[in-house]
Parts: sequence; structure tokens; C-alpha cells
Amino acid sequence: MTHVKPKFAMYWAASCGGCEIAVLNTHEKILEVDKNFDVVFWPVAMDAKYKDVEAMEDGSILLTLFNGGIRNDENEHIAKLLRQKSKILVAFGSCACEGCIPGLANLSPVGDIVHTAFNTITTDNPHEMYPRVSFDVPEGELHIPKLEKILRPLDQVVDVDYYMPGCPPESHQIAAVLDLVIDVIHGRTTLPPKGSTIGVGNSTVCDECPRARNVKMIHEFKRIQDVAPVDPDLCLLEQGIPCNGPATCSGCGARCPNAGAQCIGCYGPAQGVMDYGARLITAFASVIDAREPKEIEQILDGIPDPTGQVYRFNLAGSLLKANRDAWKVNGE
Amino acid sequence: MTDTTFEPTIIGFTCNWCSYRAADLAGTARMKYAPNVRLIRLMCSGRLDPTFVLRALSEGADGVMITGCHPGECHYIEQNYKALRRYLLLKRVLVGMGIEPERVKLVWASAAEGAKFAAETTAFVEEIRKLGPLHWGQADDEPQTADHGQPSIVHGPKEEVPA
Repeated sequence: MTHVKPKFAMYWAASCGGCEIAVLNTHEKILEVDKNFDVVFWPVAMDAKYKDVEAMEDGSILLTLFNGGIRNDENEHIAKLLRQKSKILVAFGSCACEGCIPGLANLSPVGDIVHTAFNTITTDNPHEMYPRVSFDVPEGELHIPKLEKILRPLDQVVDVDYYMPGCPPESHQIAAVLDLVIDVIHGRTTLPPKGSTIGVGNSTVCDECPRARNVKMIHEFKRIQDVAPVDPDLCLLEQGIPCNGPATCSGCGARCPNAGAQCIGCYGPAQGVMDYGARLITAFASVIDAREPKEIEQILDGIPDPTGQVYRFNLAGSLLKANRDAWKVNGE
Repeated sequence: MTDTTFEPTIIGFTCNWCSYRAADLAGTARMKYAPNVRLIRLMCSGRLDPTFVLRALSEGADGVMITGCHPGECHYIEQNYKALRRYLLLKRVLVGMGIEPERVKLVWASAAEGAKFAAETTAFVEEIRKLGPLHWGQADDEPQTADHGQPSIVHGPKEEVPA
């Protein structure tokens, strides 16, 4: 072992901060991180300047956990910077892997997003003030990050070594991955092939779900709050509740179905699934017990937002990536 | 459409047992239909993973035609009903993505219906021609940091803001 500890960085782009909490939620394991790594950059946990990172040697950070999607030019700059400075760049959490909830904004053009944020009835903005990308003040010109037209997962911007999905990744999975990297540092094992998804199971949430599955077909879709009572032992999809388990990668231990709620799909596409939503369309279509188009349409009416339902976490990472209006340049 | 030179690119998924043979029949009977469609043979319309449709649309197709055996006549008993249900849900998802649902079409055609296959194909091509090119993901090639979206968010206070 060398005297110099390998360097560790963690960054948040367009994200909520839940991934950082999940890392801290590994409890004592975080001490292992401190013992084995020199934490050089982690804005949520310690003071750091971008210029400090810029001054580092290329490839000098051993492990960077990057959470959050790329929503603005600052996110993009740091993504490229950390790629350059890191040996191992991990797309950490659903946002970096596939866009997650912020990726749903890809259904709206940037102008609409800003308008909603700054000028709806929940926001008191009588003078219609909007953020400016640059602003002149006596001290000079001030800048804020410029929004890009759609949110992109990390691998649409830079080369990614590993993917670790989850919203957030489960702490026991994070601990397992940290253990793995520490073992690699000490020469006890080797890294998985580049491009692997780590900290996950190799099947679907359904396989981890203890609920009973029969071959039952359904005659209506309902929101879970409209089903009373929800059978605690029966597959939720069979109860007509759109559950995203059939398309979702295992690894969480089916926490939501265990707790009585439907899987919302935060672990992203299961292995071999090219398009998450398409797999879910197939799964939902399979349980509908109807053959007449009119009848099928009636059942489908029970899913009020089909696009949001099948792409809740995966829109930005899907084959289509965004709504057509969001692709377009505003004002066109 | 103002662009009179636009020739739609259509991907057609056909069932081995009926609609592929209908296309064959149309060919051997020398029926004319629009040459815009590229056929891909599946064993059954039930094999159609919606991924195929999304991938076609995301990689340059302007429309996708799915064809299968008439209801009740599936070689695999009832898989064409599955295709129908997927198709109806897929269209709803496409609407959410801002894609005209007419760009995906489901046609039932038996092995004897070469004429129907030819007519439906031509009608579909004309419909897509009217809708215009899809051009999905072309924006992908543009530099993302261009000034898009900015005009609507850079305007500051309308005039002076009272203190």
C-alpha cells in the first residue's frame, strides 16, 4: 500500500441531494471511505472550488461518484472536468444514469419550465422577473448557469465507466460497491468490466417481490389510493395497480411492494432492456383482459398519464429522450 | 407540406403467416404500391416489442406500420390481440412525446389480401407525407449549449422594479 491515499470525489449536478444522504446513510462505512480515500472534492460535504479541481492532474482522482443529470452548462462543464480528472467515473443514482424525475422536464420546452417556476399562481412574481444568464453590476458582469434545452443523463455528455442506479441507490448497495473499490485498492480483487451496472441484482423487481403472482387478467387500472383495501399478499399489477416492477432492475429488495406501494421504477431498466417504457408497455398490455379496441381503450383510461407512468425515471435515457417540443428551439 | 420532395421512410413489421404473404402476393400479382416501406418480417405481430417502433422512430423513420393476422386468425392463437393492446398503449405514450399517433398504424391483412396490403401501404405513405418528416433526435446533433430557450428566460424585469 502506498502512503498517499487514492483520491475520492462526489458531485451533484441536477439532483435533489438524496444520493448524498444515501452515501452518508452507509453509517460506519463512511469512515472506511475516509480511511481509504483522500476526499478532494465533495461540494455538499466540504468547501471546494472548481479551480482547485481544474488545477489537479488529469486522472488523479481514483473514484468519482457523479449524481444528477446535465441540465445546464455548469453541470456539463463539471461533468467534462471530472471525467478528465478521474480514473473511474460512476454515474451514481437514477439522475446520472437515466435522468430520473428531473428528466420528466424533457416533456416541456425550457421556456415553459422557467415560466412554471417563476410565474404561476404558486409563485408571487408581480413584476415578471426572470433570471438572466448574465447581468451587469458595478462590480462587473455576473453569470448564472444557462439552461440547456433538455436534461441529459451523464453518459450522453461524457464517457461513463460504471452505472449505479436507484433513487437513491440503496445504502447496502453503496456499501457493497465501496467495499469492492477498497478491495481493488488493496489488490484483493479486480474491477468489473467497464460499462457495467453495479450495485444491482440481475433480474427484475418482480423476482424480489414476495407478493403472489397468478395468471390473472385485469379489467381496469386504478390508482393505488382508489383501491381499498389493497391485498397485502397479491401482485399489485394483478390488482389493477400500475406497478413498474416487471421492467425494473432488481437490487432494492422490492422495498416499495414490500411496504404496500407499487414499484415506481427508480432502479431503471432491467438487464437487457433497451427501452424501459417499451418493456412496461408490453407488461401492462399483457395483463389487460380485453380484445375489443373500445374495451381496451376504456381500461387504458385508468392510466391518466401513460408517458409519465412508463418513463417516470427513464425519460431522458429512453430511445426518444424527450418530447418533440422540448427538442425544438424555443420560439420556432 | 411545402416540401414537395419529402419521401417518407416507413418501417413495416409484418407477420410471417399472413401480412408478409399478403405483401408477397401483392408483389407476385404485380400490384403497385408506394415503395417507401421497408418490411421486416416477424413470426407474429405478437413478437412486436414496442422497442422496435421507438427505435425506428428515433433513428429516422417517419412512420411505422404494424401488420398482423385478422383478430381470431392468429397462427399462435391470440398473440395479435396482445399486439393490439400494446399498439393502443404505445400510441398514448407517443402522444405524450409530442408524436402524432397517426405515425404508427396497425393493419390486419390475411395472406389473401395482397390488394388490401398494397392499398393500406399507399394510404399510409400519403398520410405520413401530409404529416411531414419526423426528424427525431436531429436536435441531438446540434451543440446543446446553443442559445436555445434563452430568449424567453433572459428578459429581466419589464421596466424598473419598485424598491
